Amino acid sequence: MAAMAAIELRGVVKSFGPITAVDGLDLDVPEGICLGLLGPNGAGKSTTMRLLTGQALPDAGELRALGHELPEDAKAARAEMGVVPQLDNLDVDVTVEDNLAVFARLYRVPNVGAAVDRALDLARLRERRRDAVDELSGGMRRRLLLARGLVHEPRLILLDEPTVGLDPQIRTQLWTLIDDLRSRGVTILMSTHYIEEAERLADEVAVMAAGKIISRGIPAELIAEHAGRETAEIYAPPDRLAEARTIAEADGLRVRPAGPAIAIVGSERAGNGAVPEDAVRRAASLEDVFVLLTGEEAE
Amino acid sequence: MSTGTVQARPQGKARLRRLEPAAIGGVMSRELANFRTYWRGTTFSSVLEPIVYLLAFGLGLSATLVDEVNGTPYVEYVGTGMVATAVIFSSALPAMFGTFVKHRFQNTYDAILAAPVDVEELVSAEMLWIGVRASVYGCVPLLVTIGFGLDPALGMLLTPFFCLATALGFAGFGVAMAATVAKIDQFNYVTALFVTPLFLVSGAFFPIDELPEGVQVVAQLNPLHQLVELVRGGAFGYDPIDAVRFAGLIAFALVMWRIAVRQMTKRLID
Repeated sequence: MAAMAAIELRGVVKSFGPITAVDGLDLDVPEGICLGLLGPNGAGKSTTMRLLTGQALPDAGELRALGHELPEDAKAARAEMGVVPQLDNLDVDVTVEDNLAVFARLYRVPNVGAAVDRALDLARLRERRRDAVDELSGGMRRRLLLARGLVHEPRLILLDEPTVGLDPQIRTQLWTLIDDLRSRGVTILMSTHYIEEAERLADEVAVMAAGKIISRGIPAELIAEHAGRETAEIYAPPDRLAEARTIAEADGLRVRPAGPAIAIVGSERAGNGAVPEDAVRRAASLEDVFVLLTGEEAE
Repeated sequence: MSTGTVQARPQGKARLRRLEPAAIGGVMSRELANFRTYWRGTTFSSVLEPIVYLLAFGLGLSATLVDEVNGTPYVEYVGTGMVATAVIFSSALPAMFGTFVKHRFQNTYDAILAAPVDVEELVSAEMLWIGVRASVYGCVPLLVTIGFGLDPALGMLLTPFFCLATALGFAGFGVAMAATVAKIDQFNYVTALFVTPLFLVSGAFFPIDELPEGVQVVAQLNPLHQLVELVRGGAFGYDPIDAVRFAGLIAFALVMWRIAVRQMTKRLID
């Protein structure tokens, strides 16, 4: 039997003046999975998150989260979901434990003290509980932000660009934490524009561009469907890159920019001479899919 | 890495009501947690200011220019009037600047509205917190004036309630302004056009019946003037009309509450 959908969006539209941020969005997120919403800046990911919390009202379409109709029942839906924002909005002068206690109260947790202790353990901040947030490192603050969104043990977590702007070490710490949540059966909707993050954490990836889902599947399936098995990267002067692009495209292959190089996607299907001998061959990746589908350079 | 015990909880479905005490209490608990980090400075200035004003205006002026107003020693006249100035400066201004900073710079409201709290509860809690705080600070000048020789009276026990109603109204005004202006600099217009004139024609420092007739009419619509009259009523004896004054302040608070909720909803919900 198919799992119940934690999130169901049908034909959702949201415009800001002349800009249509979400454009007929259809999205189902089954319970218990981590869905990575992958898209470039301005794709509509954050607006989708705000629609799910009732902080943005749709112009059209149907939204349901954890069985609650949105935006009518958004407050009840929010009681069962946790939100980890892109921007750090902790109270910096207040202690770690008071930051957590305030949100435990906002979420009507019956035993605030126990919830705070649990969240402190989750964020590994028990020793720093009486310190002001201002005194914490960037990584600790990020872990606290995540723990704050989990203080009421939500069934659904919305992670909006959870590791944007963080250094690799802190990002890895957070990934471990998110992975741990996923293994406990919590449903996660995670927006990101980091390919590695989506590959590492998401059971399924939905690629979003211009307010729509343009492709969705488990990462390996998406790669096989859109990028084939192999990609050949060519590093050369611009005139030679242009020539190689022309030859590859004439052979029916898709070519994308890759920083200073070009990448010939699906190079395993190339005919003789379509891929230069000195090209670097590697396994096709989700980055190839992302760039092909969105036309944007990946991060 | 984690030793936490977060689990997906079983499904529950409940429609939450409007204006839930738990939501309002939660938002106020956030204010209290922050207040604990800065209460010393705020309290120090709220106590020191009336003392300085009383020394400067009360003792200074009464020694040189004004001995009494309508039979009331000028120190006591100013001291009771200063309750109103303490209320407006500890309600309208913190509401304006605090709300603006929390919304635009700290993204605090995004965090709160991601929890089961709606804009109406958020605004109500902010107004209530500022109102309670301002009503406490509003009583300080009265206590200081007692120290300067004002006789305590039973009617003064109602002063915190008068202050609360007025402070709620000005807190709502401040929140609504914060939701309306585009930039923090625009508070200069609000202060110059509304806060300062209201403060000056409140009757705190001089009787408004000395003012031109047109200004007197406007002053009667000034909630601060009504508060000044009520506080003086508590100190020197109430008039029957004071019940109407108090009702007017409650109406002012209710109107400002609804305006603040409407403006903040427009600002916070896309």
